[in-house]
Amino acid sequence: MKKNLFLIFLVYSILKPSISFSLVEIDITRGNLDPMPISVSPFFSNEDTKDKIKNILSINNLGLEISKVIENNLEKTGLFDAIDKEAFLQKPDIAHLKPRFEDWALIKSQVLITGKVTSKIINEKDYIRIEFKLWDVLGAKMVDGFSLTTVPTNWRRVGHKISDKVYERLTGESGYFDTRIIYVAEEGPKTQRVKKLAIMDQDGFNTKYLTLGNELVLTPRFNPTNQMVTYLSYFRNMPRVYLLNIETGKQEVVGDFPGMTFAPRFSPDGKKIIMSLAKDGNSEIWVRNLETNIQEKLTDHPSIDTSPSYSPDGKYITFNSDRSGYQQIYVMRSDGSNVKRISFGKGIYGTPVWSPRGDLIAFTKLHQGKFFIGVMRADGSGERLLTENFYQEAPSWSPNGRIIIFYRETKTDDMGKGFSAKLWSIDLTGYNERLVKTETDASDPSWSSLLGN
Amino acid sequence: MNLGKILKNAFLLVILGLIVTSCATKKSVKTTTTTTDSSSTTKAAEAAETQKADPIEKLDALMQGDVYIGSDTVGELASGVPDRVFFATNETILTTASRETLRKQAAWLRQNSDVTVVVEGHADERGTREYNLALGERRANAAKDYLMTYGVSSDRIKVLSYGKERPVDSGSNPLSWSKNRRSVTVKAN
Repeated sequence: MKKNLFLIFLVYSILKPSISFSLVEIDITRGNLDPMPISVSPFFSNEDTKDKIKNILSINNLGLEISKVIENNLEKTGLFDAIDKEAFLQKPDIAHLKPRFEDWALIKSQVLITGKVTSKIINEKDYIRIEFKLWDVLGAKMVDGFSLTTVPTNWRRVGHKISDKVYERLTGESGYFDTRIIYVAEEGPKTQRVKKLAIMDQDGFNTKYLTLGNELVLTPRFNPTNQMVTYLSYFRNMPRVYLLNIETGKQEVVGDFPGMTFAPRFSPDGKKIIMSLAKDGNSEIWVRNLETNIQEKLTDHPSIDTSPSYSPDGKYITFNSDRSGYQQIYVMRSDGSNVKRISFGKGIYGTPVWSPRGDLIAFTKLHQGKFFIGVMRADGSGERLLTENFYQEAPSWSPNGRIIIFYRETKTDDMGKGFSAKLWSIDLTGYNERLVKTETDASDPSWSSLLGN
Repeated sequence: MNLGKILKNAFLLVILGLIVTSCATKKSVKTTTTTTDSSSTTKAAEAAETQKADPIEKLDALMQGDVYIGSDTVGELASGVPDRVFFATNETILTTASRETLRKQAAWLRQNSDVTVVVEGHADERGTREYNLALGERRANAAKDYLMTYGVSSDRIKVLSYGKERPVDSGSNPLSWSKNRRSVTVKAN
C-alpha cells in the first residue's frame, strides 16, 4: 500500500467549534426503530475544479460522489434515514454558504450536511481541499465542520472522515468509518477452497489481495496500533503464525515453535502476539513478545486451549477450552494465573473476543444444531444472543465496540451444492443485521482501528 | 420536549421487541439422532446393497453411533491397507475398527521401513475454525500414537491438522460430517 494513502495533508482546521449542546442527538443503545431524517447535499465545486478532477480521477462530479459515501455510511448504521436528493429545494453552493432552514425543515430533515470541493496545486502537485459543515436544522445553526487537503485519490477517505465526525457529533460515540477490514477471500469448491488474504475499506471499496492463494491462509487479525497483520499460513505445509506488514508486503514467521501455531491475536499495545501451539495432541496458549523475542507458555492443561483474546487494558485474557468436557469460555490473568470459567449457559461456546470497551466478550455458541453470535459480560453474566443461523462464527468488533462483524456459511443441498461464505454485521443491540458485500466469498473478518491522518 | 416522548415510546417498543424475540427463540429445535444398537462389521458390507433402501436405513448401515463405518471415500495406503479412520463428534477416541485399520498400517510400515508418512487430522464443519484446528491435531496424534505403539518410530510420522478446511464430502448432513471427521495416513516420500 502506498504511503501517501495515509498522508492526509494539513491538519484539520475546525471552522466553528460549537460549544453549545446540540439539539439533535441520537441514543444508539436502543436499536433503529426511528432513524433520524438527514440530508446530505452534494458537495459543491466550480467548473474549473470539476474539469481538473475529471482529468485526474475520471469522475464527473466528485462532490456528489463524496456525499454518496457519507450517505451510504450513515444509512448503514440504521440510525439515519437519508432523504432523497430529488426532494432538496436549495442548491448545494448556497446551502453550504447559509442554508434556508425552513426549506430543509419542510422536507422533514433534522440534520443537513453540506460541503465544497476545490482543486489546488501545491509544489506543482494536484491536491483537493474539501470543506464540510454539519447543520442543525431545528436549531437553525451550524454545529460542526472542518476542512482538509489531500491527494485526489484519497477522496473516499475524506468521505469516511466526514462520516465519522457526523456520527461522533450526533451519537456521542467515536466513529468507525475510516477503517478497513482484513478477511480471507474464498473461491472454488467446498472440498478444495482457495483462500487469499484480502483487505478492503469498511464500506467494501478498494479491495486488495495480499496473498496469491498458493497456500491455505486463515484468521488474519490487525495490530490495533499500526498496519501489521498476524495470520495463519500453511506455507510449505507447516501451519504457522506469520506477521505481515501490509504496507511493505514483508512477512515473517512468528517465533520458533516445535509444532503448529494458530489462533493469533495482538495485545492491545501491539507489542505481543498471543496464540495456540499444538504439539503431541495438546494445544496450549503462548505469548510471544515481538520486541524481546521472549515466548512464554500461559496455560498448562491436557485439554484444548485456544482462541485467546486480550482485554483492552492488557491485564486479562479470555480463551476457549474444553477442559470441562466441552468448549467453554474462560478468563485468566495475562500471566496465566487465576483461570476461571465464565460461560455456563446451555450449549458449547467458542471464539471469545473482548470488546474494545472492555465490558463485553463476544462469542460463538452452538446449541441444538444452531450457531449463535452473542455477548456476555466479562464475568459471564448477562448473556445475550444477537443472531442465530445454520453456521456462523468469528466475531470481530468495530473499533468503537458498537458493531460486530462475523462470517456465515450456508447449508448445502443433498448434492452438496450451494455452499457460500459471506461476511455479515450486526449491532450490539441485536438490530441492523447486514450483509457486508465482498468481491468473492469471504470469512474470518478483522476490523482495523480508526486510521490515522 | 417532543423528542423525549418519541424516545420514550421507542424504548418501550424495543423492550416489547426483546420480549417477543426472546419468547421466539425458546422454541425448541428438533434434533435428529441416529441410534444404532447392534455393532456388526458386516454392516459395512451391506452398505453397498442398501443404496436403494430408504435414507434412514441407509444411514444406519453407514454410521455406528455417529462414526462413519462405510467405505466411500476410503483410499488405500497400500494394497489391502485402508488409509483412514473415522471419529465421533468432538471425539478423538479410536474405535475397534479404527484400531484394526491402524494395526494394518503399522504392519505395512514395519515391512516398508523406508516409508515416512503424514497423518492428516480433520474435523467436520460443525465447529469453530480454531477449535477444529486443535481437534484435527489431536485426532492425528491419536492415530500417530497408536502407530507408534505398534512399532513405527515417531520420526517416520509427521502430523498435520487441517481442521475443517479440507472436507472430502461437501454435504451438510450427519453422514457427510461423519466422513469428514477423520485422520488420513498419507505417504510422504
